[in-house]
Amino acid sequence: MRVYLAVFALLALDFWTHAVSTERPVDILVPHSSLNAVKVFLKKNNIPFTVMINNVQELLVREREEMVHNAEMERKSKSFNFAAYHDLETIYSFMDTLVASHSNLISKVNIGRTYENRTMYVLKFSTGGVKKPAIWIDAGIHAREWISHATAVWLADRIATDFMGNRAPVPSILSHMDIFLMIVANPDGYVFTHLSPNPHYRLWRKSRSATSNPKCPGVDLNRNWDAEFGGPGASDDPCAEDYRGPSAQSEIEVKNIVDFIMNHGNFKSFITIHSYMQLLMYPYGYSGTDAPDQPELHDVATSASKALNSWHGTVYKVGSIFHTIKPASGASVDWAYLRGIKYSFAFELRDTGRYGFLLPADQIVSTARETWFALRYIMKYVCDHPY
Amino acid sequence: MKVFCSLWLLLSLVKLSPAPPASQDPPFACRGAGDPAPPQPETPEDMASSGDLEPTHYPARRAATVALHQLNTRHGSPHRLFALQEVHKASAEDVAAGGRKYSLDFSVTDWASGSAGPALRCSAEVMFPGTERSSPDVQLRCEALQQINSTAQDHAFYQKYIAPESAVSAQHIPDSYGNVSEEMQPFWRLARVAASFIMLRESSENTEFNMAQVASVTQQESSEKQLMLEFVVLLHDLPSQEIVQWKLLASWSPDRGVRVLQTEWQPRCPHDTKPPN
Repeated sequence: MRVYLAVFALLALDFWTHAVSTERPVDILVPHSSLNAVKVFLKKNNIPFTVMINNVQELLVREREEMVHNAEMERKSKSFNFAAYHDLETIYSFMDTLVASHSNLISKVNIGRTYENRTMYVLKFSTGGVKKPAIWIDAGIHAREWISHATAVWLADRIATDFMGNRAPVPSILSHMDIFLMIVANPDGYVFTHLSPNPHYRLWRKSRSATSNPKCPGVDLNRNWDAEFGGPGASDDPCAEDYRGPSAQSEIEVKNIVDFIMNHGNFKSFITIHSYMQLLMYPYGYSGTDAPDQPELHDVATSASKALNSWHGTVYKVGSIFHTIKPASGASVDWAYLRGIKYSFAFELRDTGRYGFLLPADQIVSTARETWFALRYIMKYVCDHPY
Repeated sequence: MKVFCSLWLLLSLVKLSPAPPASQDPPFACRGAGDPAPPQPETPEDMASSGDLEPTHYPARRAATVALHQLNTRHGSPHRLFALQEVHKASAEDVAAGGRKYSLDFSVTDWASGSAGPALRCSAEVMFPGTERSSPDVQLRCEALQQINSTAQDHAFYQKYIAPESAVSAQHIPDSYGNVSEEMQPFWRLARVAASFIMLRESSENTEFNMAQVASVTQQESSEKQLMLEFVVLLHDLPSQEIVQWKLLASWSPDRGVRVLQTEWQPRCPHDTKPPN
C-alpha cells in the first residue's frame, strides 16, 4: 500500500476518499497528463476501477456557468423595478427571468397569437401533477388599465417568493392547486398605448383587430365572450369603446383563452383584473337577477375586500357587475361562471377617479400588495372549498 | 384641417404596421360617419324602482356624482376639489313629465388635502328631467364648508400667475405614467372644476363622468383681473367607456371663483358635427 501511495503522489493524484481498508473503494481525481499512467498501473496490479466522471473540468465549467447565470437572474429579478410601468418587451423579459429563477415552480405557456401576431403567454405555477384543480387570473384585457398589468407583474413575483419562503398559505394552495396568471391578455392593445403620449394611444381600450369600419379598429375584449352575447351594455358599432365584435369569440385573443381553459377542463376559479373604481364584483353582468351562488360569492368578496382594506385602508365596494358598475354582456366573468367555474370575480383596482387610468407609478406596489391580500383570501377559500 | 383629415382617412384604409408616430400630435382615428351613438339606457330593472336605493349600486352613485359636479362648480378652486367618499342613503321617485328625483345622503373629501382631510357630510336632491338634452337640477347642502380654508394658497397662486408676463402652457396632465408636477397640480384642479360645469350639464341617469386627463392648458391674457385659461379636457364616461373631448375657456380669481365662458365639443374628426348626448 505504501508503495502505491508514493507512486500516486508522484502522479499528482488527488484522493477524494481516502484508503481505509482494502474492502472499501477509493475515489481518485486523475489529472489528464497522468491518465494513461494510472490506467496502466491499475491494470498491471489488478486493481479494478471504473470511470465515474469522464471530465471533471467540463462539469466544473458547466456548474460555474449555471451559478453565474443564477446570480444574474437573481440580480435581474431583484433589480426589476416593480414601482414603474413597463412596456410589453420588458414584461415578457421579466417573465423569462422569473421562470429561470423558479424553474421548479413556474413555466411559461404559449396559448396562441394575437391579431397582430404577438404571442400570448400564461405563467403556470405548479408543484406537479396532471391537471390539478386550477385558478385563473388575467390582467390587462383593457389596454389603458396599466395598473392591472403592473399589479400582475408584482403578483407573479410575490407568489414565487412566498412559495420559496414557505409563507402560508401559498405552499398549501400550490400543493392542491395550480395557478395560471396571464399578465397581458391584450398585448396588441398594450403596445398601442405605449406608442405615444397622445391620449388617442394612451387611452386605448380595445384590441387592434380590423373591423367592418376601416376608421374604427378594435373590439372590447371583455364584451366578446359567449355570455349573453348581444345583450345589454355592449355596442354593435365598431367605433364604440364597448364594441362587442361581430360574434362571440370572434377575437383571437378571447378564443385562445377560451380554448385553453376548456381544454384544461379543471378550473375552479376565474379572476380578471381591471381598473378603475375600487370594486370587487361577481356575476352577472348581463342581468340583474342574482346568480345562484350569489350569497356565497358576496360573502367571499366581502371578506376579500376587508382583507384588502386591512393593508392601506383602501375601500372597495362589493356587488354584482350589473348592479355595481353597469349592465355588461359578453363579459369574461359571466362566461366562466356559466361554464361552471363557480368562484368568478372581477377586480376594478385603484383609484376612484382622481387619476383614473393614469394612476401614478408610486401607487403600483401598494395597490398590488392590497390586491394580494384579497386574492390570497379568495385562493385560500377556493382551495378550502373544493367542488 | 378638413383636407388633412380626409387624407388621413385615405391612408388609414391601407393596413400599415404600427409605427411610432413622427410627431407628438399624430392624427386621431376618425369615428364612423354620423353621430356617435347616444348612451343606451339600461334595462328598466334598476331605473324603475322607486323608494330606497342600494347606496353601493350605480344609480345612487351616478346621482351623487352629479351632486359632486355641482359642489365643485360652486366651491372648487386651485386648492380645493371635492370627491365622493361614500353614499350613505339614497332614494328615488318619479316626478312630473317623466323626470326622476334622487334624494341623497353622502360624504365627500377634499382631494387637495389628501387622506388627512376630514370628510364632509352632504345631502342633495338631484332631479333628472324627462326630456333629452336637459341638464339635471341639483339642490345641495354640505356641513362645515366654510371651515375648509384654502384661501392663503389660492391667493399666493393668484398673485403668481396674474402677473402680465405669465404664460403657462402645458400638455398631458397627468402624463402617461400618472405624473403631475407640483406646479401643475393647481391647474389640474382648476381644469377639473371647469370640467365639472360641462360634466354637470351633460349628465343624465345613463352617464357617469370623470375627467380622465387635461390634454392641454394654455393661459390666455388676463381679463378684468381674472386668470384666463383655455383647457382641453378629456372626460371619461363609465357606462359607455367613451372618452369625450371638450375645449373650454375658464376664468378664475379668489373672489369670483371659477366661471366657464365658452365650451366646445371637439370631434375626433372634423366631419363629426354633433356632440354626444
